[in-house]
Formats: sequence, structure tokens, C-alpha cells
Amino acid sequence: MNMSQQDGNIISVAGLTKKFKDFVAVDNISFNVKKGEIFAFLGPNGAGKSTTIQMLTTLLKPTGGKVTINGNDPAKNKDAVRKSFGIVFQDPSLDSDLTALENMQYHAVLYKVPKEVREKRTEELLRFVELWDRKNDMVKTFSGGMKRRLEVARGLLHHPKIMFLDEPTLGLDPQTRNHIWSYLKDISEKENMTVFFTTHYMAEAEKVAERIAIIDHGKIVAIGSLAELESKTKTNSLEEAFIAITGSTIREEQVNGTGRMRAMQRLWGRR
Amino acid sequence: MSTMYILWLRQVKKYFRTPSRIIGSLGQPLLFLLVFGFGFGSIFKQAGQGDYMQFLAPGIIMMSVLFTAVFSGIDLIWDRQFGFLKETMVAPVPRWQIMLGKTLGGATVASFQGVIVFILSLIVGFKVQNFLMLPVAAVFVFLIALLFTSLGIAIASRLEDMQGFQLIMNFLVMPIFFLSGSLFPLQGLPKALEVITRLDPLTYGIDGVRESLVGAGTFGMGIDLLVVIVIAVILLGIGSYLFEKIQA
Repeated sequence: MNMSQQDGNIISVAGLTKKFKDFVAVDNISFNVKKGEIFAFLGPNGAGKSTTIQMLTTLLKPTGGKVTINGNDPAKNKDAVRKSFGIVFQDPSLDSDLTALENMQYHAVLYKVPKEVREKRTEELLRFVELWDRKNDMVKTFSGGMKRRLEVARGLLHHPKIMFLDEPTLGLDPQTRNHIWSYLKDISEKENMTVFFTTHYMAEAEKVAERIAIIDHGKIVAIGSLAELESKTKTNSLEEAFIAITGSTIREEQVNGTGRMRAMQRLWGRR
Repeated sequence: MSTMYILWLRQVKKYFRTPSRIIGSLGQPLLFLLVFGFGFGSIFKQAGQGDYMQFLAPGIIMMSVLFTAVFSGIDLIWDRQFGFLKETMVAPVPRWQIMLGKTLGGATVASFQGVIVFILSLIVGFKVQNFLMLPVAAVFVFLIALLFTSLGIAIASRLEDMQGFQLIMNFLVMPIFFLSGSLFPLQGLPKALEVITRLDPLTYGIDGVRESLVGAGTFGMGIDLLVVIVIAVILLGIGSYLFEKIQA
């Protein structure tokens, strides 16, 4: 039992920094997320949200700082950290040539979920996200919303302590968004699971997040509950608060998934 | 073990689910067998080398193993482009297990493709001398499949997208095929060509299959097996190393 678990923080970040050559993507950020909390991580495009998530989830090695995820350091104890979280990436990550059930099975085997638990939990989750009737259909026949729901179900399969979601509701209709959030909130309450998510929909963060951090130019510029952010900026909504804090200039638009992947490859693929 | 199994299974399932691709990839070997087999048959015979089909079939069987194996390895790029690789990369399993499972899956698929072309070659007139040697030929087929799937994965680990694919086809895979003694005998070649053919790992795979199916090899089974195993192990090592380095 170390400090971070005693004080109820499942994620603790201190002085986290990531540099790509001369560019500082994440600049000395510190914050904590409590066990069972729903935590929104907001910021304009290119602010450092995805880079931070990648460092928290073992995909990227930080340049400096200390991260503790469920008591382990993601740069050192990769597998212990990996077991403790589920993730829904910004870009789709399903195998569309496999069925929904096969995608779930693949995940369960990689996460060593015992067979009895696997079958029960898979059925439970697929029913939960309303895809049980389509379990034997190829994922390529699914709509964007169905794929997202399947990814959420898959991420929850191994009973993660933390669920990371990087813009999970991007491009989805309000109905699907509400559904996804109702599953996540439900499981979060039932299993005391922490939810760490990014989004561009302020109303969504307003509605579901218990605490909100705003990151800009790689630095955390505000952190607190909705009421705290509003009173600090003397505004009446998260959107106004967000703009008051991060300014109203438009940020350079991010490229699409593959393009971004290529850009990332160019940045740090050759190592 | 279960990790490797599920990766193997995924590869095999996806292969058998696209029969159109299996049939499509039989076109080329069939064309080679028929056109070269019957086209050059009489010249080959006049030159005192015997039945060309007997000579050619092992080469064409291994050609399809080579192509399928390299493609199975390279389809890692698709996993990366379609995001599925990330799901695998954040899983709490050692990467070498992922790489090995995927390689074994690719090798299984490529070997199966070799079996189909073997059956096709029987239909167009290839005769096996000793059916008891089939398992030995199968060992060569599988080793070559493993070797070139590893090569495909090693390449795919360093490639950003399919842009470089044509380059690899033209400057690596096709030369490996043409310079392997698949189409012509390895004796009496110009010096340069002789050296190059002996540097090509496929040469030894084909020679081993020729030795076991028609009893006419150049280097002897022992040398063939040794070279193929050593190179397969080296490429498997390089493949795992480069796969380990991938940033998803």
C-alpha cells in the first residue's frame, strides 16, 4: 500500500512532462484522480490531452515526472498498469473482419479473464450495450455508434479499475452518447470504477464529470468541480468558463486518424 | 500460450473467411505452372534436363508460400492503420508472444496455400516420386513460411503505410522468387548469378522440397535444412526485436 492508495487517489500525476525534440507537448502537469471519480480532461485541439493519456496508459514514455496508476508506475510496471485499466481510443480499434463476440473473446484472452467469468461477463456487457442480438455479426457491418458501444463493452470486460476514454462520443448522435454515458456511470457506481475521459462536448462534461481539468499548451490551467470553475471565471456554463480560460482563438485543426498516426510515426516512430 | 493461440486463430480465421482472396491468389501460380511448365517443357527436355514440370512445380509451390507469407506478415500495417494494433499493444502480455502468435498464424496460412498449389500441380501433371517423403517437404514448406512471415513482420514494423509496399514487392519479394532457382537449374550459371542464388534463403527451401518430392536436389537435404532453420531463427529474432520497438 503506498501513499497514493491511502489517500484515495487511483491516478496521481506529479510534474509530468513530455518533449518531442524541441516541442513540449505536456509541460510539468500535476493532478490527482480519486477512486471511483468521473474525471473530465478538457482542452483545445493539440493541448496535450492524447499525449497525456498515452503516457498514463503505458503507450508513451514520459520525458520527466512521476505517474502512479493504481499504485504502479506505467513506465516501469507496464503489465501491472495495463491490467488495471480499460481504454477506448480516439480512433476505432476493433478488428472489423471478426464478429463482435470474437473481438470480445480476443480481448478476454489477452487479459487472461478466466473462461467462466469471460462468458458471463461478455453476455452481460453485450446485453448492456444492446449488441447481444448482433454478437455473431462482423464488426464491419456495424454503424459508428455500434462500434463505439462495442469498444466500451470490450474495455469493461476485464473489470478495469480505471476506464480511459479519449473522445469516446466523437461523431455520435445524442441518443448514442446518452446511452454510452448511462452504461459508464452505471458500471462506475456498481464497481467503483474511475472514469477518465476527454471530450469536446462541454455539455457532456458538465453533465457527467465530477471534476474537470482543463489543459492548454501542455499546462493544466484550471482544475476543480463545475461550480468551482464557473465561480472562478464568473461564468454560468462550462463552455463559457472553458473559453474564458483558454481564449477564443481557433487552434490548428488536427488531422484525421491515419494522418495523425503517420505524423506521430514521423515524430517518434524511429526509435 | 493462450495469447499466442488467439493471435494464431485470428490470422487463420481471417484467411479462411475470405475465400475470394484464396482463389484469387491461386491465379498466378496456376498461370506460371501452365505457361512455363508447358511453354518451356520441350526446350528443357531437348537440353537433356528431363521433365520441366517435375522441376518447376516445387518452385511454384514455394513461390505461393513466399508471397502468402510475406503478405501475412505485412498485413500488420493494416492492423496499425485500422487501429487494431493499439488494442493489442495496451494488453498486459509480452510483445514477443504477440509477434510469435501472429507469425505462426501467418506461417500456417502460407503453408496451407502451398498445399493447395501442390494439389493444383498434381492436377496439371506433377508426379511425386515418393509419397513417404511428403512430411519432409511439409517441414520445408512450414520453415520457409515461418521465415518469410517473420520477414514480412520485420518490414511492416518499420513501414508507416502501404506506400512502400510496391517497392518491397519489386525490389525484395520478386527478386527472392526469381533468384531462387525456382524456374531454372542452379548448375552452370554465370558466376554472379550463382553467388546471388546461393545467398537467397528460398533457394534452399526449394532445393529441399525438390529433394524430397522428386529426389533431385543440389545441396543435399542436411545443408538445406540447416540454412533454412538458421535464417528462420535469425529473422524471427529480428522480427520480434523490431516489433518490440513499434510505438502503437
